Amino acid sequence: MVHRQLNLREIVSGMLVGVFLASGVVTEISGQAGSGDYEVPRTAAGHPNLQGFWTNQTYISLERPENVDKAFYTEEEVSALEEGRAVNESAQTTPGTIPDVHYDFTQFGLDRSQATFARNLRTSLIVDPSNGRLPRMNAEGLARAEAVAEHRSRVGRWDSAQANQLDDRCMIMRGAGPPMLNAGYNSNYQIIQNRDYVMILVEMIHDARIIPLDGRSAPPERVGQWMGLARGHWDGDTLVVNTTNINGQNPINGSSQSMTVTERFTRVSDDAIDYRFTVDDPATWDRSWTAEMPMKKTIGPMFEHACHEGNYGLYNTLVGARLEERLERETSLRERQRR
Amino acid sequence: MGTCLKKFAAFCLVLLWPIGVINLGIAQERTYIPTRTAAGEPDLNGIWQANNNAHWDIEAHSASAGPVLVLGALGAMPGGMGIVEGDNIPYLPDALATRNEHFANRLDRDPAIKCYLPGVPRATYMPYPFQIIQGAEHIMIVHEFAGAVRTIYMNEHTAAPADSWMGWSNGHWDGNTLVIETEGFNGMTWFDRAGNHHSDALRVVERITRRSEGTLIYEATMEDPNTFSRSWTIRMPLYKRIETNAEILEFRCVEFVEDLIYGQLQK
Repeated sequence: MVHRQLNLREIVSGMLVGVFLASGVVTEISGQAGSGDYEVPRTAAGHPNLQGFWTNQTYISLERPENVDKAFYTEEEVSALEEGRAVNESAQTTPGTIPDVHYDFTQFGLDRSQATFARNLRTSLIVDPSNGRLPRMNAEGLARAEAVAEHRSRVGRWDSAQANQLDDRCMIMRGAGPPMLNAGYNSNYQIIQNRDYVMILVEMIHDARIIPLDGRSAPPERVGQWMGLARGHWDGDTLVVNTTNINGQNPINGSSQSMTVTERFTRVSDDAIDYRFTVDDPATWDRSWTAEMPMKKTIGPMFEHACHEGNYGLYNTLVGARLEERLERETSLRERQRR
Repeated sequence: MGTCLKKFAAFCLVLLWPIGVINLGIAQERTYIPTRTAAGEPDLNGIWQANNNAHWDIEAHSASAGPVLVLGALGAMPGGMGIVEGDNIPYLPDALATRNEHFANRLDRDPAIKCYLPGVPRATYMPYPFQIIQGAEHIMIVHEFAGAVRTIYMNEHTAAPADSWMGWSNGHWDGNTLVIETEGFNGMTWFDRAGNHHSDALRVVERITRRSEGTLIYEATMEDPNTFSRSWTIRMPLYKRIETNAEILEFRCVEFVEDLIYGQLQK
């Protein structure tokens, strides 16, 4: 695995796009649910078998771009879009800038052109509303967004660990969900099933979603969790997961703690699961919205993503910010003494 | 009279000594036949938890005051009879000195205080539940503490591709017992809060057997020539969390340690 990435890195320098197009890891899934004649493999307990390693890596954005007014791209259009993004992701950063401090995605095989990703002809992941865009945020949602922005304006991003972004703090990543939006890189998931549970392990920060299928009652309202609490059941060959008790601290596009998410996982071929989710959050949007994206089979294993344990970035960022402040104070003191 | 009793006790000891499990009083229930999964494997699925004081110190120990004054009685260490077969961990001399230093500096050094992944076998007997989910090719162990997870590879056995906190685990069935061989540790985890430690050469062989509907017997043998003069074994029962609403909840402890780790760097 590691060697393969390093080899690719060598090839990548001149021929990124060519490698990407010839790599054969792209599967095309138009986003349409099961074609009907596919016989879903079953577990020993008789449930549809969703087990394995999957990725929802995609270049398609949640919302439809402003300048697009159709639901699907043509083959040529989506290829051009992917090529453009691949070139963009492999572009080198400018030394001395903040982006340059981050490790090089391309070097570590983390960019989407080297990893397996699920091709999607849709112009947005959102399928409802039909314009492919989030519903208009309601007054309560706007007021909350304003309060958040106001708070942020008073706190510097490097003032404390808590003022940093959730991913910089190794708290939770975008891919954990629900809903499980592709994380940008390492958008990998491992699904394990027994008779009574489905477990989805999110590679980033080893977040395990444990979904009971035993029809247990709804959790007490007082329990709030970053990923909420899930209840699952089989609807024919589709796994349906309802998640409540989300604490709202990792909002999706401004969502609140009243958000509930209903996800549907349908295996549509040996190497694809159709993933569809509906977000309901009356404190943010007056209507629910639904998105759909393929999960494509990928190769294991997944490695331990011990993010917090190796979080030198956060530590060094805070040390650097305090040092900068001290130097500024000293400079201004010297200037005052000089006068 | 006294001599007679002593002789009898000695006789009993000789009789029982070779039967290891009786040392810790957790013999297999003879009549229990483990239920099987739909795939025909012994069923270890469920939410399990240790119920002992090994998380404080895996060796036998008396109750003692804790290192955090303000926690008073709640921070004091309760006594424990230990889970180490033969009572003592067979440390090499230098490693024993390191353990004692670790103990003296445990508030600074215990990696679990910083919410780091607890490693193996420590994760098993921390005072938090964990869930076993038996899949077709992998068995997952999901711990509540720090959301630590282990994937046990049942079919494709490979060497550890990289060092990690929770190690790399290959498993197989030995009759009704799940045997897990784990290597590839980074050497940064401990066995307990008392500073018992190991190096990155640690190799752990765990044996997990269903003992009854509500219990497992958990056994782990440690090998680490950098730290121990010979291999040694711990053993304990694990109990099923039988309440119908039992769930592994989030214990995303990063949030709880940020002030501890980064507080002095705050503006």
